[in-house]
Amino acid sequence: MTTRTENPEDSMSTATPTRAPHSDVPTGHKPGEGRVGAGLFDPKQLLKSLPEAFRKLDPRVMVKSPVMFVVWIGSVLTTVFSFKDPTDWFGWTISAWLWLTVLFANLAEAVAEGRGKAQADTLRKAKTDTVARRLLADGTSEEEVPGTALTIGDLVVCEAGDVIPGDGDVVEGVASVDESAITGESAPVIRESGGDRCAVTGGTKVLSDRIVIKITTKPGETFIDRMINLVEGAARQKTPNEIALNILLASLTIVFLLAVATLPPFANFAGTHLTMVVLVALLVCLIPTTIGALLSAIGIAGMDRLVQRNVLAMSGRAVEAAGDVSTLLLDKTGTITLGNRQAAEFVPVKGTTEAEVADAAQLSSLADETPEGRSIVVLAKEKYGLRERHQGELAHAEWIEFTAQTRMSGVDVDRRKVRKGATASVIAWVKEAGGTVAEDADAIANRISEAGGTPLLVAVHDHKGARVLGVIHLKDVVKHGMRERFEELRRMGIKTVMITGDNPLTAKAIAEEAGVDDFLAEATPEDKMALIKREQAGGKLVAMTGDGTNDAPALAQADVGVAMNTGTSAAKEAGNMVDLDSNPTKLIEIVEIGKQLLITRGALTTFSIANDVAKYFAIIPALFAVVYPGLDKLNIMHLSSPDSAILSAVVFNALIIIALVPLSLKGVRYRPMSADRMLRRNLGIYGIGGLIAPFIGIKIIDMLISLIPGL
Amino acid sequence: MSPVLAGVLQLLALIGALALAYVPVGTYMAGVYSSKKHLRVEKWIYKVIGADPDTEMSWPAYLRGVLAFSAVSVLFLYLLQRLQGVLPGSMHFSSVNPAQSFNTAVSFVTNTNWQSYYGEQTMGHVVQTAGLAVQNFVSAAVGIAVAVALVRGFARSRTGELGNFWADLVRGTLRILVPGAVVAAVILVACGAIQNFSGIHEVGRFMGGSQQWNGGAVASQEAIKELGTNGGGYFNANSAHPFENPTPFTNLFEIFLILVIPFSLTRTFGVMVGSVKQGYAILATMFTIWLGFVALMAWTEFAHHGPALQAAGGAMEGKETRFGVGASSIFAVSTTLTSTGAVDSFHSSFTGLGGGITMLGMMLGEIAPGGTGSGLYGMLIMAVIAVFIAGLMVGRTPEYLGKKIGGREMKLAAAYILITPALVLVFTAASMALPTPPHSILNSGAHGFSEVLYAFTSASNNNGSAFAGLNANTDWFNTMTGLAMLLGRFLPMVFVLALAGSLAEQTPVPVTAGTLRTEKPLFTGLLVGAILIITGLTYFPALALGPLAEGLA
Repeated sequence: MTTRTENPEDSMSTATPTRAPHSDVPTGHKPGEGRVGAGLFDPKQLLKSLPEAFRKLDPRVMVKSPVMFVVWIGSVLTTVFSFKDPTDWFGWTISAWLWLTVLFANLAEAVAEGRGKAQADTLRKAKTDTVARRLLADGTSEEEVPGTALTIGDLVVCEAGDVIPGDGDVVEGVASVDESAITGESAPVIRESGGDRCAVTGGTKVLSDRIVIKITTKPGETFIDRMINLVEGAARQKTPNEIALNILLASLTIVFLLAVATLPPFANFAGTHLTMVVLVALLVCLIPTTIGALLSAIGIAGMDRLVQRNVLAMSGRAVEAAGDVSTLLLDKTGTITLGNRQAAEFVPVKGTTEAEVADAAQLSSLADETPEGRSIVVLAKEKYGLRERHQGELAHAEWIEFTAQTRMSGVDVDRRKVRKGATASVIAWVKEAGGTVAEDADAIANRISEAGGTPLLVAVHDHKGARVLGVIHLKDVVKHGMRERFEELRRMGIKTVMITGDNPLTAKAIAEEAGVDDFLAEATPEDKMALIKREQAGGKLVAMTGDGTNDAPALAQADVGVAMNTGTSAAKEAGNMVDLDSNPTKLIEIVEIGKQLLITRGALTTFSIANDVAKYFAIIPALFAVVYPGLDKLNIMHLSSPDSAILSAVVFNALIIIALVPLSLKGVRYRPMSADRMLRRNLGIYGIGGLIAPFIGIKIIDMLISLIPGL
Repeated sequence: MSPVLAGVLQLLALIGALALAYVPVGTYMAGVYSSKKHLRVEKWIYKVIGADPDTEMSWPAYLRGVLAFSAVSVLFLYLLQRLQGVLPGSMHFSSVNPAQSFNTAVSFVTNTNWQSYYGEQTMGHVVQTAGLAVQNFVSAAVGIAVAVALVRGFARSRTGELGNFWADLVRGTLRILVPGAVVAAVILVACGAIQNFSGIHEVGRFMGGSQQWNGGAVASQEAIKELGTNGGGYFNANSAHPFENPTPFTNLFEIFLILVIPFSLTRTFGVMVGSVKQGYAILATMFTIWLGFVALMAWTEFAHHGPALQAAGGAMEGKETRFGVGASSIFAVSTTLTSTGAVDSFHSSFTGLGGGITMLGMMLGEIAPGGTGSGLYGMLIMAVIAVFIAGLMVGRTPEYLGKKIGGREMKLAAAYILITPALVLVFTAASMALPTPPHSILNSGAHGFSEVLYAFTSASNNNGSAFAGLNANTDWFNTMTGLAMLLGRFLPMVFVLALAGSLAEQTPVPVTAGTLRTEKPLFTGLLVGAILIITGLTYFPALALGPLAEGLA
């Protein structure tokens, strides 16, 4: 077990990210508010990314974004035509703004990528050249080879101070390892051979002891290499939804291309001639440049938001799938409940008082360092005001430790023996001492069991003889705020299923308390797998977390499988995301980030398309009012001149890209709510807003342009 | 009664009649396409054409059926016209020339019924009845069949099967269109439409020439002309001709016939996908656009300024006095928002904006409520596009009726919405840019341009109505509108059926609180907006140079 998760406080607050790797992640806010709004935008990033934006003007790069490539071609055309008529200020100005439009789009992408690059640089530092101590075939002698020369199956030795040369599994020994290079977490973690804590990552550092590691990945394909690729966006491929959206945008672009390209013969018949500059300007204004320019930035930023929460998505596809998840499988321990059971009440048997039970229970637990034991002391103190005893009082105390054989612990002090433990063991102890067992002790213990708790009998043997005093009720404590979280998930249409090894009775009680929709009790890996397959057969997308090797098949089967970084390499290999913090609660945030990514795309697409209405009203009268004066009635914005109208539309079209860069990086504000409410809200802001905003924007730009003397 | 009040009352009566028919007609049609039983006459037909009506077809097989049947139909209709001169019962009309035969054959097979000829002066009884009238039934049945295949794509899962084209075609014809047309024809005859096989009558001398009237099986053709959203009139004057459309009641009845199947198909859709509410949402979208267009049209026609027009109670030029401005407006909107193209008034004579409304109606893709079948599948494609954008805004990869709209679905839907704008704009631009075609244009300026724009809008969208003024009986226009009709009918069907196949293979996604509710008014509003902005805006520049320039002058 890692040193971190032993402290329940670490994972106590589920409403905030467990750790803020960057200072811009807001902390301490109320649940449900702006959890996934992180990633503030620094205007300085724009300047820094400018050189990269220019580099992206290369047509071989531009062609990847069909909409912006059309703008690029348009810019080239208008520039060429401006050279033919160098005195035409209008042509030059339009050309300049068209180039700016392309540049702004590149800038958006460059800024999004830039944030990942910074992260990648930090990771590269961890990837220093290591020297590996490879074990030879005899199993004892070592040879020193460069880390890059290791192959799969090699055994290497690492001792305190050594940097682990590559990804692998510990096959011998136990060591504490500093994994801060990849997780950012300074507290060391324990890695040991066998079990679910055997995986080690290249680039991390052994702090104590000696371990033998079996290398499981080739150099260059290690976890850290993959991380660098991921955060840099080098491995970025268009996701299915991005491809579908690109198809829609391409088809809209073609439609508008046709609408503009067929215009010259129509205009000629009407008796006016349209210049190439004007046609290109109209085209650029109509095609969905806003979303076309920001689409890749939105995708990169979505991945980046995950990285900021220390989650690595192996593919953008997984992030999108997260938005679609309709069933969440959550492990009970650590996700829904705190890791350990805690004392909830002291129940006296007939003839004793609660205070007596509390006193005996506390006394028996004073030396008990298990979390359960400590919780008994805490409860006694909080509820009955029992303080720790004086030193003198316990001077002759003899502490009886819990063993698997006795299944009891306790203390012998001043001829008074106190024991607490499993029901059967304590009853046997009392009977052996010739004492009496209150007849309701069994009933109380059963009642607690049925309610999902664990009963611990408390008995004493003193001058009055041996007898059972009462029962300590130990129960799983559901983490604070989980009920609300599950409520939110339900509103979002996501079903939560609690997975536990507990018996159905216990599981049901906890499931009810936590407010999950369903539970899987006495779950084996096969059960888990069957559940996932069943849900998927019903058309649902399933997300789960896991860390053990036996979770690997289920992780691979799930649509979103989040492997804990503390888990085995098999689990990490099988999942499509890795949580470096190993915090299973994060699954909920991952779903929200996935949704936010899709919402941002949809919102900006809607905005982009809705913008066209105003642009038509600016440009069409400007083009044709000369031949058909009646069309000036469409100039409802009363733009000052035809040139100014066209220019204003082009300028607005360019500036709106820059104005929306922060939104595309941050993502549209997301709150868990029903699809209906969400659609109403986003349609109001981005649909209606998208209709109105350009009317205002173009008018303002036109007023500014008309102030320029000589126009 | 003022003309406006009369118009409103007629509109209310029409809406009432459509509302009464909606559930029974829609549910009946759903039953027709879901039934496992075959009528005896159907079994006989299947035996003759050698089809097994119980074989389920994948989308390529279904498409092959559509295309093969249509190709044979075009060929048959072409030959029938080319051989008219030697066929009996042809009223001594000569054979039709190749370009016009091609155009007419394509026109009737594609449910367009664009007519570059004068019906009463070109086509004899045989071509009219055995050729054109038959196509009026089967082309409409093909449209419904394709729509039903798409609906099955939504309704079915984990299968590639879309039903059987031959069964759908035969049932649509025999169980829906024939009985409907028979009843409608009887009503029309009862109200004064003619139905005979008499020849040409000389009825007197008029302005120095002789005036001739034809007899013919007019009422029967009229019934299916409207019911199957065909629009090809027996007479050149179409539904403005008193033999086709004698009274204000028949006029309203014909509008009802135009709209009843397209609107009711949304019920069929709702029943077949297992949620009549989904059908209501699509109905609401269609109805909102249709009513909005009627209101706009009536407003521009009634409010047209000028003393003469106001004295006549609105823009009466080109309208029949027995129908008036109100009913003519409803007819014009209904015929252009469906793929009918029948006219009871002359769209060219409408006010500039009024003419623009008829064009915009077609440009929207004729989906409100659209042609028989084609309206429903066109609207469902727009719903897919709207769902894609809106679905993203609720944070899920978009889905409609439980089917995910992924890359493949989007590719097909995007290709669909590209076709008609491409056809309309490219053919119009070519006609304006080439030296000869503009000679066909009668008027100069904006109105002249509208004539060409209207022709290709009508042909590409399979409407068939015409903006008078353009001489479309030239080799260029006969050939190019013919191509526009063919491509505008069958290319979209390819994508619709491919989409249906892709949807039918999917496993449906269950509905949760996170699902976009496509049966809610909010979605209807969104869909109306998406249709107006995405399809409407494409044509804004062209409309600005035609009807807008004319109407705003």
